[in-house]
Amino acid sequence: MDYGHVDVENLKATELTLGVPGAEETDKMPTPRAGSKRAHAGDHHEEEPKAALPAAKAQVVGWPPVRSYRKSCFQQQSSSKSKATAPGEVQKQEVPAVSVVAATPPAAVGSGGSLFVKVSMDGAPYLRKIDLKMYKGYRELREALEAMFLGFSNDAASVNPSDFAVTYEDKDGDLMLVGDVPFEMFMSTCKRMRIMKGSEARGLGSSKE
Amino acid sequence: MSTTAPTPHPCPIPQPLPPPPIPSHSSSSSSPASGMSEAAEEPDSPPTHMSEDSSSSGDRWTPDLRGGNGGGPRSAPPDQVLENVLESVLEFLTAARDRNAASLVCRSWYRAEAQTRRELFIGNCYAVSPGRAVERFGGVRSVVLKGKPRFADFSLVPEGWGAYVQPWVAAMGRAYPRLERICLKRMTVTDDDLALVAQSFPLFKELSLVCCDGFSTLGLAIIAERCRHLKVLELIENSVEDEEDALVDWISKFPVSNTSMESLMFDCVGVPFNFEALEALVARSPSLRRLRVNHHVSLEQLRRLMARAPQLTHLGTGSFRSDAPEGGGMSVSELVPSFAASRSIVCLSGFREVNPEYLPAIYPVCGNLTSLNFSFASLNADDLIPVIRQCHKLQTFWVLDTVGDEGLRAVAETCSDLRELRVFPLDATEDSDGSVSDVGLQAISEGCRKLEYILYFCQRMTNTAVIAMSKNCPDLVVFRLCIMGRRRPDRITGEPMDEGFGSIVMNCKKLTRLSVSGLLTDKAFTYIGKYGKLIKTLSLAFSGDSDLSLQYLFEGCTRLQKLEVRDSPFSDKGLLSGLDSFYNMRFLWMNSCSLTTRGCREVAQRMPNLVVEVIREQDEMETENVDKVYLYRSLAGARSDKPKFVKVL
Repeated sequence: MDYGHVDVENLKATELTLGVPGAEETDKMPTPRAGSKRAHAGDHHEEEPKAALPAAKAQVVGWPPVRSYRKSCFQQQSSSKSKATAPGEVQKQEVPAVSVVAATPPAAVGSGGSLFVKVSMDGAPYLRKIDLKMYKGYRELREALEAMFLGFSNDAASVNPSDFAVTYEDKDGDLMLVGDVPFEMFMSTCKRMRIMKGSEARGLGSSKE
Repeated sequence: MSTTAPTPHPCPIPQPLPPPPIPSHSSSSSSPASGMSEAAEEPDSPPTHMSEDSSSSGDRWTPDLRGGNGGGPRSAPPDQVLENVLESVLEFLTAARDRNAASLVCRSWYRAEAQTRRELFIGNCYAVSPGRAVERFGGVRSVVLKGKPRFADFSLVPEGWGAYVQPWVAAMGRAYPRLERICLKRMTVTDDDLALVAQSFPLFKELSLVCCDGFSTLGLAIIAERCRHLKVLELIENSVEDEEDALVDWISKFPVSNTSMESLMFDCVGVPFNFEALEALVARSPSLRRLRVNHHVSLEQLRRLMARAPQLTHLGTGSFRSDAPEGGGMSVSELVPSFAASRSIVCLSGFREVNPEYLPAIYPVCGNLTSLNFSFASLNADDLIPVIRQCHKLQTFWVLDTVGDEGLRAVAETCSDLRELRVFPLDATEDSDGSVSDVGLQAISEGCRKLEYILYFCQRMTNTAVIAMSKNCPDLVVFRLCIMGRRRPDRITGEPMDEGFGSIVMNCKKLTRLSVSGLLTDKAFTYIGKYGKLIKTLSLAFSGDSDLSLQYLFEGCTRLQKLEVRDSPFSDKGLLSGLDSFYNMRFLWMNSCSLTTRGCREVAQRMPNLVVEVIREQDEMETENVDKVYLYRSLAGARSDKPKFVKVL
């Protein structure tokens, strides 16, 4: 959704979105172009191609200014409510909630700072971002990833964990299997994660835990 | 000030403790954080009783008279008598500001004031060293300490920055054996610190921790068990460590002999606990007035607690969900009598996992409620409106934006006495579909004319609505508007939000705190500088065009004490325009502006009593560009506990 403080009419047609063309135009927000003043020229976030998911847009730390305590409470709430629901749905209404409250198990509230890394899954249409600091260990992390990505399978119940391998790219650029090193070390070296499916992964997934 | 008997009194009139942060039955008695900030910012609430007879408690304080203790008036030398009188009189001064003024009159007043100050308020724990503070003030019974800058709440201060309470507890432990109360905000408190508190202060009665971190259930257990006179334990929005295998059942540690609890708030301690122990504690605490439990308490358990404590005035309801599986739990009508029996409840909160079917159970108390906190309950307007319509006396309302403009209209129509409104976003991201807008704000302004405090998160706003609020609600003291999309203009005209905020500072003559957002040019700051003469706290984000904005602020806002700025186009020039103001301010925080080390160093060189901290991320390299600077006046100089990523210039 574009809120009109930048002249992006010519960019909008080229934006990548997941919806039907034109589906993103809403009448909730009349977007005045004429007369809108730009604060200054340094505003370049709007030029990024937007996915429908807020999680894919560059997040600014600490904005909007809501206390991390409050944010983490909603993560806890969502986790206890969403046990039966398929959390990977793409609906716009639910996704913003998921991007913040990400159906993750309750974790101790991190004391400041966050460590967002991209997570891709083979075959999924878009990536996700997770905050590694929200997890105390590998088990919670895996549960969160399963919750996030299982919706992409046709039938969540038939997913076999050993068909997946969770890997990450470390500081040296190497592809590593998640779980070998202590969690803290993993957190400090992980640059991005990739969930592999199918033949590449078969057998590797079951070695976790 | 009433005088005592004509002959001077050898012992001063015993001064009762200042009341706890949340005064009872007053309009400001409300939800967590505001109580703390009120107590800390204006510690001038009068003692609850001012009787001349000695109170029955044995805590009569006698002054440290050089001439001996309690000699009769006729035998004391004249200047001794004067000091006695002075101390007796100064006992009545509670407001820190008054005390500070009194201490400047002359040495004798300085000494007398220092000996009689009962509550020590330190707004920045690094502004003075603990040793120096305890050396000056010898008779302190209550301490309020604040640590990290507020932007730490939003993950802008790296972990390990500081604000450790340990040196304070150590110094106070030696100097104040009679200490009764400690309130900490945004400080790092370890279990060892809590153990030291329990050990050092045998008369300890009240502990209040707000937005702190570093402790676990082990520390809480120590406090519960060893502070035999504990009356108040208020844990508000803290980040409690909860290693799964190191959990301590701290509630069970309250000894059976503790029957004096008055306030117990632990909604932020999100770990399971022994419910029976809590029930027993509540049952043996006839003075318990405030109880806020965590989300592990089900409705069935809540009912049991309420049966034990019908005298409660403030109740945090836990999960507000039945622990039985679908359809198996108790019915709403079984819960109603609990609320019907609690005639004293004036403040409700909790609802952490609320099942809306049970909401009607609270109807019996709605008519008495002055404070209602739904801000952790994702309820929609249909659930909320029937409740709101019953709350005619509501003065404080915290809610999520799921209430919608419709729900706010119901508030406006029902709650004509509203003083404080906080609307939080359920989804705190920039692209979320905010459910409240200028429409809701306008409605509130029309219905709630007595509004004094507003915090409003939204996605869409207009100048018209803000102007309307400025005119309809002239009593506003705090105006915090957060338009979540950065630099968003007026949604109808496309113009900046300058005029809206301008009219707020122009028309709300009592305004002391302002947070701005949306698209703002330098013009907004000409208004703020020109009209915001009483403003003490100002928060800016993504606003302004140039250094002129800062200049206008520093020149115009003569009462400015706290300025927080992020992501705004201000350079060293703007920073330097504040040199004349910095000693009058508690602090300045700027992050992600265009500052350089050179500019910050110049400030540090020209202002010797100012500490200028340049803060990097934990593994970031030092560069000429400064991402975060935190500067504050201090008598203590550069702190000795700074981590590697902080550089003091």
